[in-house]
Amino acid sequence: MKKLIVAFLMAMATSTTMAGGGGVHLDKANVDLTDQASLQRGAKLFVNYCQGCHSLQFQRYQRMADDIGLTYEEVQKNLMFAGGKIADHMTSSLDVQAAGNWFGTAPPDLSVITRARGVDWIYTYLRSFYADEKRPFGVNNRVFPDVGMPHVMAELQGVQKAKFSGEGSHKVFEGFELAKAGSMSAEEFDGAMRDLTAFLTYVGEPIQVKRQSMGLYVILFLLVFTVLAYLMKKEYWKDVH
Amino acid sequence: MSFINWIDERYPLTKVWKEHLAEYYAPKNFNFWYYFGSLAMLILVMQILTGLWLAMSYKPDAQLAFGSVEYIMRDVDWGWLIRYMHSTGASFFFIAIYLHMYRGLIYGSYRKPRELLWIIGVILYVAMMATAFTGYLLPWGQMSYWGAQVIVNLFAAVPYVGTELSEWVRGDYVISDATLNRFFAFHFMLPFVLAALVFVHIVALHKVGSNNPDGVEIKKGPKGNRWSETAPADGIPFHPYYSVKDIVGIGVFLMLFAAVVFFSPEMGGYFIEAPNFEPANPLKTPDHIAPVWYFTPFYAMLRAVPPMFGSQFPGVVVMFGAIIMFFLLPWLDRSPVKSIRYKGMLTKIWIAIFVVSFVVLGWLGVQASTPAKTLMAQIFTGLYFLFFFLMPWYSKIDKTKPVPERVTK
Repeated sequence: MKKLIVAFLMAMATSTTMAGGGGVHLDKANVDLTDQASLQRGAKLFVNYCQGCHSLQFQRYQRMADDIGLTYEEVQKNLMFAGGKIADHMTSSLDVQAAGNWFGTAPPDLSVITRARGVDWIYTYLRSFYADEKRPFGVNNRVFPDVGMPHVMAELQGVQKAKFSGEGSHKVFEGFELAKAGSMSAEEFDGAMRDLTAFLTYVGEPIQVKRQSMGLYVILFLLVFTVLAYLMKKEYWKDVH
Repeated sequence: MSFINWIDERYPLTKVWKEHLAEYYAPKNFNFWYYFGSLAMLILVMQILTGLWLAMSYKPDAQLAFGSVEYIMRDVDWGWLIRYMHSTGASFFFIAIYLHMYRGLIYGSYRKPRELLWIIGVILYVAMMATAFTGYLLPWGQMSYWGAQVIVNLFAAVPYVGTELSEWVRGDYVISDATLNRFFAFHFMLPFVLAALVFVHIVALHKVGSNNPDGVEIKKGPKGNRWSETAPADGIPFHPYYSVKDIVGIGVFLMLFAAVVFFSPEMGGYFIEAPNFEPANPLKTPDHIAPVWYFTPFYAMLRAVPPMFGSQFPGVVVMFGAIIMFFLLPWLDRSPVKSIRYKGMLTKIWIAIFVVSFVVLGWLGVQASTPAKTLMAQIFTGLYFLFFFLMPWYSKIDKTKPVPERVTK
């Protein structure tokens, strides 16, 4: 019996530590989807640094403009480099087949990536590239080991090195160390990645802010409805003994 | 009311209204547990309606299915609401049905003369699982795909004809466009089978009359109430008494439902699983395949049974056996009383063991398996079955309390 309880507790313990996403600690993104300035900065980062390879095939420019507080002219002038119509989807001009050959795997569409991977995962991933000469692009990633993607934002973040202690299977990750400075400070870069993560979170489900504000009214209505229904029930049941 | 007369001469409208609502006498002592039947019916209607509207924009095609769901979420007016109501409705349907079944279990609603009523209910449950399973493939995400792959492969474990059987189910050697098409066809058709079975379930219920928390047969008690000389004294007309009461239950239910739909439609990955936001990829197996929560107790049982003679078949037998047990329940219970209120400690302990086993197995079913967890799954699978196997014994020797003549408050 004692053995059983121990087995049970151990099973419980491992299951809680497993929740961390491959054992790597994830930083909290703390995105604010009601902060339109943040979403706009995120959109700018996306079209400048990500859209060269990654598409948002389900997201329309028009919807984005409406939701994050930009005019169609602003979007067409500043965010649509290849031209096209405002109602177009935010696709990438990259040839997916060719990209598969270049990178080993085609860059995935990012429309719902925050829903598949989790918001914190994306935020941590974007900040966890480090120099690794064994990789084709000279970088590896802490949360996505041996990722095929280069560190596109190295000019902003700079290049960081991963510090490890111990050897072989006892190798423990100690933290990152900036080897070459980028154009942004560490805080600035974290803020920029928070904006980008916020934008991708918005794209994952464009309705979510409206959905939550609508939900309050729905529940308030149902509360009134239920109270009235309860009073009606009480009235009808007065004569049941 | 000459118009009603005109109809009544051609169709028994007033007769049906009276027999099933205004003059259907239900015991007056229904409690909390008696809300879930009507709630399940409400959810079925909701699932059929939202499903119909989803089908207007959904494309059952391996190339288009995933995108069409995102199209519904983004470009269809109110599509996100319809989709979330449908996905949340699936989980709430199972919550309602599990509580409805638990009610039957504790108050002995499966006992004579309600054996057939119970069995129709279990058939409904099986049909509901088939509906949920075929529906889960439709979003064509990674978990849709690999979950279906695992479950359809179970058919391949059947001796001799397994391979052919699984190919027959899939219409292909792997889950593919052909499978998606036929699953969509079944998923569209099965809810109407469910609706028909619900009708049969209610016809059976109104033949034998509702049980109640005391397990007292009101039809055998004294006659005569305010509405009728011949009706049971402890009965009240379903309408308006229980119709107005059920509306309160619907209000509370809808609040919980709306809380999930509007604030947490993924329900932390339990109602909509995160890997399902990656399109199905036959070349990439997810690290960890787990069915949606309502199937996990059975999935845990499947994994608990080690392969024998190089075949997974014993696990499949155990898994289906777990459901077959419900069919046998009316004949396993030998207690002289129906309701848990008058049953003894022994029965209460076994029901507690059963509930704990079901919940723990459900939890184990979403976890990646480890030796410790497999051992746990084996123990709780054993307890699950012992609840049924030992019932003829413990229900007979259990010390019962005297059942009152009339229903109590």
